[in-house]
Amino acid sequence: MINSNEIIDDIANKEYEFGFSTDIEMDIAPPGLNEDIIRFISAKKNEPEWLLEWRLKGFAAFKKMEFPKWQHFEMPTLDLQALSYYAAPRKKKQLNSLDEVDPELLATFEKLGIPLNEQKALTGVAVDAVFDSVSVATTFKGKLKEMGVIFCSFGEAVQEHPDLVKKYLGSVVPHTDNIFAALNAAVFSDGSFVYIPKGVRCPMELSTYFRINAQNTGQFERTLIIADDNSYVSYLEGCTAPMRDENQLHAAVVELVALEQSEIKYSTVQNWYPGDKDGKGGIYNFVTKRGICKGTGSKISWTQVETGSAITWKYPSVILQGDYSEGEFYSVAVVRNKQIADTGTKIHHIGKGTKSRIISKGISAGHGDNSYRGLVAVGPRAENARNFTQCDSLLIGNQCGSHTFPYIESRNKTAMIEHEATTSKIGEDQIFYLNQRGIDSEKAVALIVNGYVKEVLNQLPMEFAVEAQKLLSITLEGSVG
Amino acid sequence: MLTIKNLHAEVEGKKILKGINLEINKGETHAIMGPNGSGKSSLASVLAGRDNYTVTEGEVWFNGKNLLELSPEDRAREGVFLAFQYPVEIPGVSNLNFLKTALNEIRTYKGLPPLEAKEFLKLTKEKQQLVDFHSNLMNRSLNEGFSGGEKKRNEIFQLAMLDPQLAILDETDSGLDIDALRIVSNGVNKLRDAEKSFVVITHYQRLLEYIIPDFVHVLYNGRIIKTGTKELALELEERGYDWLKEELHLKESV
Repeated sequence: MINSNEIIDDIANKEYEFGFSTDIEMDIAPPGLNEDIIRFISAKKNEPEWLLEWRLKGFAAFKKMEFPKWQHFEMPTLDLQALSYYAAPRKKKQLNSLDEVDPELLATFEKLGIPLNEQKALTGVAVDAVFDSVSVATTFKGKLKEMGVIFCSFGEAVQEHPDLVKKYLGSVVPHTDNIFAALNAAVFSDGSFVYIPKGVRCPMELSTYFRINAQNTGQFERTLIIADDNSYVSYLEGCTAPMRDENQLHAAVVELVALEQSEIKYSTVQNWYPGDKDGKGGIYNFVTKRGICKGTGSKISWTQVETGSAITWKYPSVILQGDYSEGEFYSVAVVRNKQIADTGTKIHHIGKGTKSRIISKGISAGHGDNSYRGLVAVGPRAENARNFTQCDSLLIGNQCGSHTFPYIESRNKTAMIEHEATTSKIGEDQIFYLNQRGIDSEKAVALIVNGYVKEVLNQLPMEFAVEAQKLLSITLEGSVG
Repeated sequence: MLTIKNLHAEVEGKKILKGINLEINKGETHAIMGPNGSGKSSLASVLAGRDNYTVTEGEVWFNGKNLLELSPEDRAREGVFLAFQYPVEIPGVSNLNFLKTALNEIRTYKGLPPLEAKEFLKLTKEKQQLVDFHSNLMNRSLNEGFSGGEKKRNEIFQLAMLDPQLAILDETDSGLDIDALRIVSNGVNKLRDAEKSFVVITHYQRLLEYIIPDFVHVLYNGRIIKTGTKELALELEERGYDWLKEELHLKESV
């Protein structure tokens, strides 16, 4: 029997030797993580040499790292050698329009409620759909192109805008950042790339839907958004995944770069398969998201609604480098059954007059365990930095857990840092009061929860906010009584 | 409309109601008075279906339905309304949103379509005036930071909005100053009609000067020990409850 590594060696070397064309019948790489598979991925994507080298540096860093131990949950056993690091849908040739996309693929999107076509067109949302690591369709490109906005798959950006990619890739989340970021650097498959040119206000919400599909395929998306001077962009990321029996690792990286006076708003609704009642089979969502406010007066705002995944582990962060720059983090994290969330943010105040605002709303039901972990660090140059943190926990039932780990480091006397925290429980009295007005317990909980998270949902674009509200109600169904 | 037969109930193993009998007809207003701990508020809770109360004996019929078999929300939808003695605060849920949800749940139960936003607002405006309920309280979180008087007025305002057949007012007068008492009572009086019945639970005769009852019952030790008309309330005001207790003990010892 031939060793699978040998096969990869064989394929990788051979294909590399002769170069790659795009019209390959799809393949799924055999499981395993090694330099050859990285070369294979890079070759398949027809990447320039510098990118392959960067991947290899990421892999070298990865090999030296160990899994962290500080998190507030038991790290699941991850056999990274058992994962396959490349999968793409079959495609016969380069597609020119949606009509050419495999109808079955489109049907799956429909089932997931991902309106790829006219529906979105009517609501003014451009969609870049990522299906199993490879972008299959992009709409609205023309309109965005007119304004100079680049919104495409990461792979495409590497081919068509290599200078931008080279300049900013890894500039916010370096390949050495943490073990998952290093892994992502080594094997990232595809993702989204956005560039908003100087002075342009992106005319529509940019939206990407991710989906984890092929079994045993780690998802390693990479997103890079650059807002040039005086520009604005709002980016939406939403996820759904079908039922799964085996755990799936998702270790994405998102990098945001905001230049002078620009603003990036990044919103996420995450609803990946959380596992069954015993927590078996859910997604591990270990994502590194970070933005840098490089320019004076720039602003980055993260909004997240996290209801899915077996384990959600991420800290969308902001580095406030530019003077008077501003960072925001709005979060709703829901855990039920045996779900775990260890999430929060890190805000680094470096420039003077920098401001940040953190609003975190944790909801725990069932046997769920919810932790807020946040760092507010004020550097010596950050004169008059201001931070306001509000960190609320809502408990439903008696068996869930909620924890808060706020870290505050101030190295400037003029800084003002406020931290408020509350813990509340949906009381039987509240439920009974609403029952007595004709509202059943399920609806009562939904009403209370939606009231509780309103401040965060208000940050989402209207259409998204409505979806998120529905999602929360559905998620908490059956958690009372 | 409401028939209570030999109702016994306990909470955490402690007997609270020990055989209540009460018949309430359409359009009637019954006052229930009695000393502290006599079981007045417990009766209200049992009727509304609070789940820490266990009914051990007896029946309650409401418009031909076995009330005790219904969930609290279905009792509400059938037309039983409890104005709480201590209305809870629910942060983040606006008064308006709450009321709209409640009203539409009740309408759906009755097979009616949800009220359109315009009609709902119209109804709100109309009913607000009944209890002088300020518009700015409408958009605030349900009862959050409301004064005692505002909370009680909100209860009566909800009563007006939801238009139940039977309204149980559990010590609605407690914590009200004389002006607020007048406003709340006027609101209730305007809602009284031939179709609606009221159970007014109170410690004091004062409230009954404004909301004049058809019957007054005295609850003591989990039982109704005396029933009369509004004059009975005056007598209680004058003489307290002791003479009734004595009367009862005499009867029991015979």
